[in-house]
Amino acid sequence: MSKFEPVIGLEVHVQLKTQSKLFCSCAVEYGAEPNSNVCPICLGLPGVLPVLNNRAVELAIKLGLALNCQITEYSRFARKHYFYPDLPKGYQITQYQEPLARNGYVEVKNNRIRINRIILEEDSGKSMHCGNETLIDFNRCSVPLVEIVTEPDIRSPEQSIDYLQYLRQILQYLEVSDADMEKGHFRCEPNISVRMAGEKFGTRTELKNLNSLRNVRDALEFEVKRQSEILNSGGKVVQETLFWDEAKMETGSMRGKEESEDYRYFPEPDLPPLLIFKDEIEKLMKEFPVLPEKRKEYFVKELGLPEADAKILVSEKSVADYYEAVLKYLPEPKLVANWIITEVGAILNEKKIAINELSIPPQNIAELLLMIKKSEITGKVAKEVFTEMVETKEEPDKIVAKKGVGLIDDENLLNSTIDEVLKTNPEVVDKYKKGKTTVFGFLVGEVMKKTKGKFLPQKVNEALTKKL
Amino acid sequence: MPEINSFSKEDLCDLSIIELRKLLQKQEISFSAIIKSVENRINDKEKTINGYISLFIEQATEQAKNLDQNRKDLDKLPWLTGIPIAIKDNICVKDALTTCGSKILSNFVSPYDATVTKRLKDNGAIIIGKTNLDEFAMGSSSEMSFYGPVSNPHNSELVPGGSSGGSAAVVSYGGAFAALGSDTGGSVRQPAALCGVAGIKPTYGRVSRYGLVAFASSLDQIGQIGKTVKDCAILLSVVGGLDEHDSTSVNESMAGILDFESDIKNLRIGIPKEYFVEGLDPGVEKAVRNMIKTITQHCACVKEVSLPNTQYAIAAYYLICTAEISSNLARYDAVKYGYRSKDANNLRELYEKTREEGFGQEVKRRIILGAYGLSKGYYEEYYGTAQKVRTLIRNDFDQVFKEVDVLLTPTSPTVAFRKGEKISDPLTMYLSDIYTVPVSLAGLPAMSIPCKDKHKNLPVGLQIIGRPFDEKTVLNVANWLEQQ
Repeated sequence: MSKFEPVIGLEVHVQLKTQSKLFCSCAVEYGAEPNSNVCPICLGLPGVLPVLNNRAVELAIKLGLALNCQITEYSRFARKHYFYPDLPKGYQITQYQEPLARNGYVEVKNNRIRINRIILEEDSGKSMHCGNETLIDFNRCSVPLVEIVTEPDIRSPEQSIDYLQYLRQILQYLEVSDADMEKGHFRCEPNISVRMAGEKFGTRTELKNLNSLRNVRDALEFEVKRQSEILNSGGKVVQETLFWDEAKMETGSMRGKEESEDYRYFPEPDLPPLLIFKDEIEKLMKEFPVLPEKRKEYFVKELGLPEADAKILVSEKSVADYYEAVLKYLPEPKLVANWIITEVGAILNEKKIAINELSIPPQNIAELLLMIKKSEITGKVAKEVFTEMVETKEEPDKIVAKKGVGLIDDENLLNSTIDEVLKTNPEVVDKYKKGKTTVFGFLVGEVMKKTKGKFLPQKVNEALTKKL
Repeated sequence: MPEINSFSKEDLCDLSIIELRKLLQKQEISFSAIIKSVENRINDKEKTINGYISLFIEQATEQAKNLDQNRKDLDKLPWLTGIPIAIKDNICVKDALTTCGSKILSNFVSPYDATVTKRLKDNGAIIIGKTNLDEFAMGSSSEMSFYGPVSNPHNSELVPGGSSGGSAAVVSYGGAFAALGSDTGGSVRQPAALCGVAGIKPTYGRVSRYGLVAFASSLDQIGQIGKTVKDCAILLSVVGGLDEHDSTSVNESMAGILDFESDIKNLRIGIPKEYFVEGLDPGVEKAVRNMIKTITQHCACVKEVSLPNTQYAIAAYYLICTAEISSNLARYDAVKYGYRSKDANNLRELYEKTREEGFGQEVKRRIILGAYGLSKGYYEEYYGTAQKVRTLIRNDFDQVFKEVDVLLTPTSPTVAFRKGEKISDPLTMYLSDIYTVPVSLAGLPAMSIPCKDKHKNLPVGLQIIGRPFDEKTVLNVANWLEQQ
């Protein structure tokens, strides 16, 4: 079995994160009432015409740049014909011979995987089979998709998952797509064959109906095994489309498969050619954000953050941006990182908001952390102040002053308070002097209580130790 | 104000839009009188002509009544206020049937207005009815309709031409003052010629196609049919111009379309020799040549030119348009709207039986041809090659327009022919478009006007072809000739 090497190419369909559909102004909305986001255009009524959504093009170009592709300056849309109830026009508007982007690559765990093309196209509606009836919801019809096709450069199911995770991260990071597999934003169709290393490519099969990364891995592992066994026993692999049966954990032939379809492609006459000018591309490249992998590297290597923390910070571009914004005011990478990951993270989770919705200017966080650093407040107090900052959006020093929770540096007050505590607890002092050091904590507690926490615990420790 | 049901010896419905507007301005007639006149004429003629599929007489009467009751200064009201206009039944009118002359859309009520419909309505026009046509605009005789053939008002045993035969016929007999048709290979110009009215196909991209049920997307244009050249121009000025709903509509200025002041004597006229060869009825040629003689006496330059690739136009046209037809008609699948076969027991039968029963012969013929031309292995040879030939044809015109400003040709090789005469031989039928098709392939503006002479007592059409977006010159030449 191990003498056969898998050869895998991946085709991923991604739903773009736009407000409206690709060719009309209907809203793109997950979970809406069936057939509520439809109009004559996306329903393919007689006489309608498509009008291109430019935002979709922008997102596709952004993705193309992120995958190191050449952006085609002159690309065309094409009609792909087949009959199915959820395809209202009887054809899908897609791209064929002239894709929007091509000849790119990604580097995943030191392996280069080439991208053959990125195509912009419209989605079809959704069919639900219920007994004798089929129900069709056209809400999804004409939603913008990009199809990303790799060359057959992938050599293992594991590598496929790495690629898919990397792709998903980029899509989310650039806000090109939410890439939520459960919502159908991210659909993967692998092509797989096996061969003896060094020989030419074998016959491949195409896998459909994989709706999670785990399914992708399981299906590919199964196929590798299945095809290898066939070849081992001297047989031939049949080129066909297979579906993944999650329950049985095996691939099966798609029932009723006919001869390969002739889609009768031809250029879409209702849309002029798509012209993307060099200076537009250059402008986009200049404004292009640093991708998450590189940014994580920077956080780890240059800022000295632990890998795990860096990973969390780059999971969303807005979080990483916020982090670096705070750093500008207070260049303490670890301190700031901790606060953002724990305190800010907790608030975001609790209120179920994104970091942009927090409305706390980065310099206010910096100020708060500086106060901790300068021992103007304790860590515990800082958390309370932060909670209030979230509610009132006030600056930290104002809140500290208002609440009167600032630490003070009054030696005399501290000493006199300690004296008082020692005087009122002679038995405890006695116990301590006799060697029961554990009661030290109690004494510290009493001093803190009396001073209402206005002294740093360390200071209290030091002073009390001196006195005893 | 006195209700006048007829004016002078003529009925109101025989006047042109401009004449009618003058009477309205002078308050010599009422809006209701206009509708009444048209209604009477329709009642008189429709049994024979069958030019309409749907009529909206009641609504029209109501609209006219409102206009009369709220009579305003007409100068403040738009051009087409109160004027009954007909619309070909492959152009969507909201809440009305849009059948395309086909069984498969015989129950389709459009939920939206085509852009041209909206523009007519915004301009005050009264939509009087939807006109009959060859099914899905495929044909040159208006005999291929699910709703029965249309007759020529000049002789009811003859065809009115097609596919906009209904639109041309109703304008010709006074059942509407003007009409919108569609022209893909000649479907506005040829019926205008055969019915003795004026008809213009604008430059591709001049008039929005949004709401025109697509036949051949890269060729279709909505054309204007009227009794006079100026009436056509008025209609064009109302419906034409950039539309954000149509990505193939072009942002070219409409300025000058209603300007008929300039003298045409310095224009250079071209007569393409390939349009005067065997197949052209000598009677038609004579009438056309007399028109050319008239203009030769006025214009400084009239000369013979050559469009050498004309002979390939019909073949290229039918390869391209059938391919686009097979694609555009794929949506008629009984799933969302339209006719649905009752005998279907599964999905495949639903498609096959519905489309077998719902489409007529000519439509099915073209769908099959088109699918074949686009199929794997044949695409390059057929559709691909046809598109290249199309470029050559366009180049011919571009070359010729370096030396001349307009071209004059016959519109149709014959006058109106008998019903049933060509219907059994599609190729003969296709050849009726031989003079109009090259213009469509090149996307140029062209107009047909009646020649001064008739042949066999039937109208003969003269075609005037212009440069891209130069409707102004085409209209000016046509108007001048009309005035002689």
